[in-house]
Amino acid sequence: MGDKRNTSRREMLKLMAAGSALLVFPIGPLLASEERQHGNGAKGPYWAYAIDTARCIGCCACMRGCRDENDVPEDVFRTWVERYRIGMDGEVRVDVATSIDHIFEPIEGDVANAFFVPKLCNHCEKSVCNQVCPVGAAFNTPDGVALVDQEHCIGCGYCVQACPYGSRFINPHTHMANKCTFCYHRITRGLAPACVHSCPREVRIYGDLNDPKSKLSILLRQRSYRLLKPELGTHPKCYYLGLGREVV
Amino acid sequence: MDFVFPNEQNVTWTVMIVLYPYITGLVAGAFIVSSLYHVFGRVELKAVARFSLASAFVFLLFAPLPLLMHLGQPQRAFNIMITPNFNSAMAGFGFIYTAYLIVVVMEIWFVMRHSFIARARGSGPIAWLCRVILLGNLHEDDSTRAADHKIAKFLAGLGIPMACLLHGYVGFLFGSLKANPWWSTPLMFVIFIFSAIVSGIAVLIFHYMIVARLNGWKLDQPCVRSMTKYLWGFMIIAVSLELLELMSIAYKQTEEWEVLDMLIREKLWISYVILQYLVFSLIPFFLLGINSLFNLRDRITNAMVWTAATMLLVQVLLMRWNVVVGGQLVSKSMRGFTDYFPGLWEKEGIAVAVVIFTLPFGILWVFNKIVPLFPDAVSRD
Repeated sequence: MGDKRNTSRREMLKLMAAGSALLVFPIGPLLASEERQHGNGAKGPYWAYAIDTARCIGCCACMRGCRDENDVPEDVFRTWVERYRIGMDGEVRVDVATSIDHIFEPIEGDVANAFFVPKLCNHCEKSVCNQVCPVGAAFNTPDGVALVDQEHCIGCGYCVQACPYGSRFINPHTHMANKCTFCYHRITRGLAPACVHSCPREVRIYGDLNDPKSKLSILLRQRSYRLLKPELGTHPKCYYLGLGREVV
Repeated sequence: MDFVFPNEQNVTWTVMIVLYPYITGLVAGAFIVSSLYHVFGRVELKAVARFSLASAFVFLLFAPLPLLMHLGQPQRAFNIMITPNFNSAMAGFGFIYTAYLIVVVMEIWFVMRHSFIARARGSGPIAWLCRVILLGNLHEDDSTRAADHKIAKFLAGLGIPMACLLHGYVGFLFGSLKANPWWSTPLMFVIFIFSAIVSGIAVLIFHYMIVARLNGWKLDQPCVRSMTKYLWGFMIIAVSLELLELMSIAYKQTEEWEVLDMLIREKLWISYVILQYLVFSLIPFFLLGINSLFNLRDRITNAMVWTAATMLLVQVLLMRWNVVVGGQLVSKSMRGFTDYFPGLWEKEGIAVAVVIFTLPFGILWVFNKIVPLFPDAVSRD
């Protein structure tokens, strides 16, 4: 019995030493990578947007850029611009640009605040649209972009119902689900998305969350931001800088 | 309250998606009536036992049709089984539907084998068809009849949870969408099952009485009275659950209630409050209640029960409409509403919906020509 106890004590000490070593070694790289690794631990970029609403002038150039680049049909939108007007009594009124040549009417009367909010797919980390797609046609790329596989989509519209942001639609020409692709064909070639490219005010900032030196990462460290409907647990990746609480 | 996201100007799920849960509801309800006889031994339902099973079958055949009409890429419909995403509630459809169809077809085969054999012994194309259905085996004696009965009973029992699953899953499909406050409730699953049973019993009463009148048959009065009580009971449960769900959101006065209150008052006042509850629930409740509690003359009972059943068929259709369309009228901005009413002749319009809903009745007529669905029917004279 005594021998056994001694042996186990020795083994215990050995195990403790080995355990301590295990603790020491991986901690460095883990700590270093914790801040930088987004997505499923995939190396490489992890794309996201920041929207600086205070800079938006409601010119809708982003909508035109998107439509030209992606051949988006009339009456459906991959991106759009909303104008919020907060009355002196606190009443919130919103009008939406529903065409690429939309001109927002001048505001009549006094308002406490007014601002524009560009909207697009939030490319959520936990996309509910991906979850509900019955055939797996909705998916997230390893670099964080939510896409629809046009070879497999059956056009059931369940993802359109599930998206809390109204970002998806059934393309009236292809009869399949469609949405903002983050201009995946452009960003994978080092080009900016069309809406970013066409915005004259640098309202939209796209970048790599895995790169701490990217403009996006720096902005997110320096500025306060809000996510849309975070309570739904979708983990959206459109970071709205200094956004008012009225925006939904 | 006029802020609608621009992609929400047209609703995505049309009247076809209203029709789909309606038809699967009829399937589930009709099947449960047949199982009440085959499994639970409610002999008073014998008169409609075969009819209810055949009704479940024909409605089941047509249940996917509105879905196919709705799909943007119907030629890829089988992708739901070839490349299913099991994280999606909808991915279960192909498997649940197929499994249930197999059970129903097998049950019909075992329940009606005797009739198929009788028909197969004749001559002509129908006899030939019956021989094919019977796989060429026309042998029958007491032992085969006993075996058929045993297997049919097992299948009828197995079919009950499957019927609940088939229809409950449709409720879950809506109830699990967190983006939509009008749909997102765990009660949706149960509400759909009970309203399905209501519509299933209602369609059987509605159809049985019409068929009996057209053929000059005497109605099986104990059967009618029994179905009346079942219909009354299940409608009380279904409507109570629906009201419970509504009262629960209203009483909690959550942020969502503000927009749902407006949805009910402004968009669904007529179809939901006036028609679904006040007219098509309350009147059948009294009509069925009177006939369940008092013994009125057969003629009066039949007229009242048929009226109530027909009204409940409309009530369940209204419920489907108010759920499917109502939920889409609320913008996800929670600050506005959109509108929808189907066109008459469009692909997903009223005319197509009427045709899809009528077709099962035609197939049922053909079914009855092959094997009688009312073998014990007695002429009125």
